[in-house]
Amino acid sequence: MKQPLTLAGIAAGALVVLLILGSVVAVALRAERGAGLGAADWAALRFTLWQAALSAVFSVALAIPVARALARRRFRGRGLLITLLGAPFILPVIVAVLGLIMVFGRAGLLNDGLAALGLPAVSIYGAWGVLLAHVFFNLPLATRMILQGWVDIPAERFRLAAALGMGPAAQFRLIELPMLARVVPGAALVVFLICTTSFAVALTLGGGPRATTIELAIYQAFRFDFDLGRAALLALLQLGVTLAAALVALRVAAPEAMGAGLDRPVQRWGLPGPVVDTLAITLATLFLVLPMVALAARGLPHLANMPPEVWAAAWRSVVVALGSAVLTIALALPLAVAVGRLRPRAARGLEVAGMLGIAASPLVIGTGLFIVSYPFIAPDRLALPVTALVNAVMALPFALRLLVPAVARVESDYGRLAASLGLSGFAWLRLVLLPRITRPLGFATGLAAALSMGDLGVVALFADAEAATLPLQMYRLMGAYRMQDAAAAALLLLALSLAAFWIFDRGGRADADA
Amino acid sequence: MKPHALLALGLMAAPAMAQDRPVLTVYTYDSFVAEWGPGPQIEDAFEAECGCDLQFTAAGDGAELLARIRLEGERSEADVVLGLDTNLTAAAKETGLFTDSGVSDVAWDLPIAWDDPTFVPYDWGYFAFVHDAGFDAPGSFRALAESDTSILIQDPRSSTPGLGLLLWVEAAYGDEAGVIWDGLADNIVTVTKGWSEAYGLFLEGEADMVLSYTTSPAYHLIAEDDDSKEAARFEEGHYLQIEVAGALAASDQPDLAQDFLAFLATDAAQSVLPTTNWMYPAKTPEGGLPEGFETLIQPDEALLIPEAEVPAVRDAALETWRSALSQ
Repeated sequence: MKQPLTLAGIAAGALVVLLILGSVVAVALRAERGAGLGAADWAALRFTLWQAALSAVFSVALAIPVARALARRRFRGRGLLITLLGAPFILPVIVAVLGLIMVFGRAGLLNDGLAALGLPAVSIYGAWGVLLAHVFFNLPLATRMILQGWVDIPAERFRLAAALGMGPAAQFRLIELPMLARVVPGAALVVFLICTTSFAVALTLGGGPRATTIELAIYQAFRFDFDLGRAALLALLQLGVTLAAALVALRVAAPEAMGAGLDRPVQRWGLPGPVVDTLAITLATLFLVLPMVALAARGLPHLANMPPEVWAAAWRSVVVALGSAVLTIALALPLAVAVGRLRPRAARGLEVAGMLGIAASPLVIGTGLFIVSYPFIAPDRLALPVTALVNAVMALPFALRLLVPAVARVESDYGRLAASLGLSGFAWLRLVLLPRITRPLGFATGLAAALSMGDLGVVALFADAEAATLPLQMYRLMGAYRMQDAAAAALLLLALSLAAFWIFDRGGRADADA
Repeated sequence: MKPHALLALGLMAAPAMAQDRPVLTVYTYDSFVAEWGPGPQIEDAFEAECGCDLQFTAAGDGAELLARIRLEGERSEADVVLGLDTNLTAAAKETGLFTDSGVSDVAWDLPIAWDDPTFVPYDWGYFAFVHDAGFDAPGSFRALAESDTSILIQDPRSSTPGLGLLLWVEAAYGDEAGVIWDGLADNIVTVTKGWSEAYGLFLEGEADMVLSYTTSPAYHLIAEDDDSKEAARFEEGHYLQIEVAGALAASDQPDLAQDFLAFLATDAAQSVLPTTNWMYPAKTPEGGLPEGFETLIQPDEALLIPEAEVPAVRDAALETWRSALSQ
């Protein structure tokens, strides 16, 4: 009776698989020679997995206390802080790296401070630098996902726990731990997969060819060797890693076993003292906000003098971001519904299909689309639509991580009631589902828009002189020595991304008292 | 609302212009087409004399440009490719997609003789390490390796200057290149994906020197009135980068393409390049070099590996580089 949405979900999954595998196949078929994979490629695979796993562990472990603190404390500016914490994730890599360098670099704030105290300098370059940067990017995302888990715990349970005289330890064990068991594997998976496609961050902060990732090897095969066969093989290797990791994580994630509450978060009782929570929030804020403040301070004086092309590029980026956000939701919502309704094995397959985009190489997708579309239409006419589409597929995994559990909960909590009332199809969507999932839906939309705004990946392959997006225009400024204008463009990008995030995410700002 | 209106106007105007004039499509790298790059001025100057519509399409950097042309093959819309360099020309010729330039008898102002029938040089430069004025820079790779000077370099797999440095060390030291790289390993702060990242980090104070060009200080001097940057002269000599353009054999505008290649050698084009692309003009224009270029260092020797040897040399040199820096 709810078939149309399920079918749409299966179609969305098929589209994603077709896009990703199709592009790999297109690249492979176009190959003129294939050198196969060498020792350097396997070293790249090992490094990729190693840094991604460590980045996931650190990001999630640090996110848990921050999310808990944000979930159970109320303070002025909390909503703004939660939005700001989302910023690092959506920054273009090169901007974020420069921001980190301004704080943690050899001539950064931290080392200036250490020198003033007579302490030896610390170096950001090397394995720790890669981890630092990946935690910087992904701690906010992990925090938001885990925070969502906390906020989704019906407040009645805490009320009941307080009435039964449970202390914080018992509350943690009986209420919060099961939630973490459900949410943390998914969050760790997402961070792991994001880090498997890391390229410039790993290289720049890793300090040399030791820090070669698969994505760099793909770029090398394309640009340096023009060995499309090897590029396709490496892309398959990357997808294989994704599939394996996704299957493990989805198996580990425990299903929720608690019943439904009254569907509104309320106050908590019997909280421990605020010292630990204050410390967690303060440290995370300093770590995440300082590099952005440094970037903003650098860009602000030059904002008024930017070349007019930058503003035109900003406009194009906003259009692409909105298109990408709409596409993401159009794919994610039916997918999430279908995942909830199909038999477990099929559901898991569909969810993994939706997750593929996260670890697909943007370069291979872009090249594949280029090869397929080239005989029919001039690439530069496709630059913006293709960017929006590829960005949507890349944002889809995040949207799914947020929407699948939320939709599943609504189905299990209200499905029977809705069925007994004869609600189905779009009435069910409008009256039951959408009002229950506004928070994750808003967050997912904001994330998709912001991610697309900051993406540099695929547009560079298609863009002509007149179709540059803001990140591309910023990169062109840097390439022409105009670092001050580039800093101003980066600030504009940051502001636009945050604005997009803020507008869509209003409902998702965990406003427990609303 | 305004950018939107402009965009709409632009979309409507484009077909009207294309109707009455032949279109010459030039593929080039990204920074060439930016408003502050050479592209717009070159376009105006050439359109004033050709009665055609010159359209640029941008693709990454020189190596990505070649990859794109290889992807498109003979069906490419491109009539001219502008932005390859002497490290890519052998691979470019091997594709068989390029045809003779028809440009000869030009008295080039290049540090080497130029008699390539396919590719026309339009500008050139020397790779060099750039540092702050007043810094006591080492005068050779050996001195650099022995010093505790910190440097930022680019990855040869993803960056044109990065590959330039690889070939520079190779041209200067040959079989001893591995020893030099072993010595340099502890001087290297980090290896970046591209020039922009390394130069950005350098300006943030992350290292004493960054791999760039001898002409980099000219940008700061002329555009920013800032004389605080200098390039270090190395006694081994400096590696050359010569940027070239070539016409595609499958072009539907072969005459226009040759006209454009010939135009690149004229004063109208050459006078634009020094202060937009920040390189030396391939043929010095009548007015000479812009004021400020006379302050730049002049290398004792120009190093360049012959283009035919580059593919083999570069693969071996990359292995040397990778093993030296991976320890």
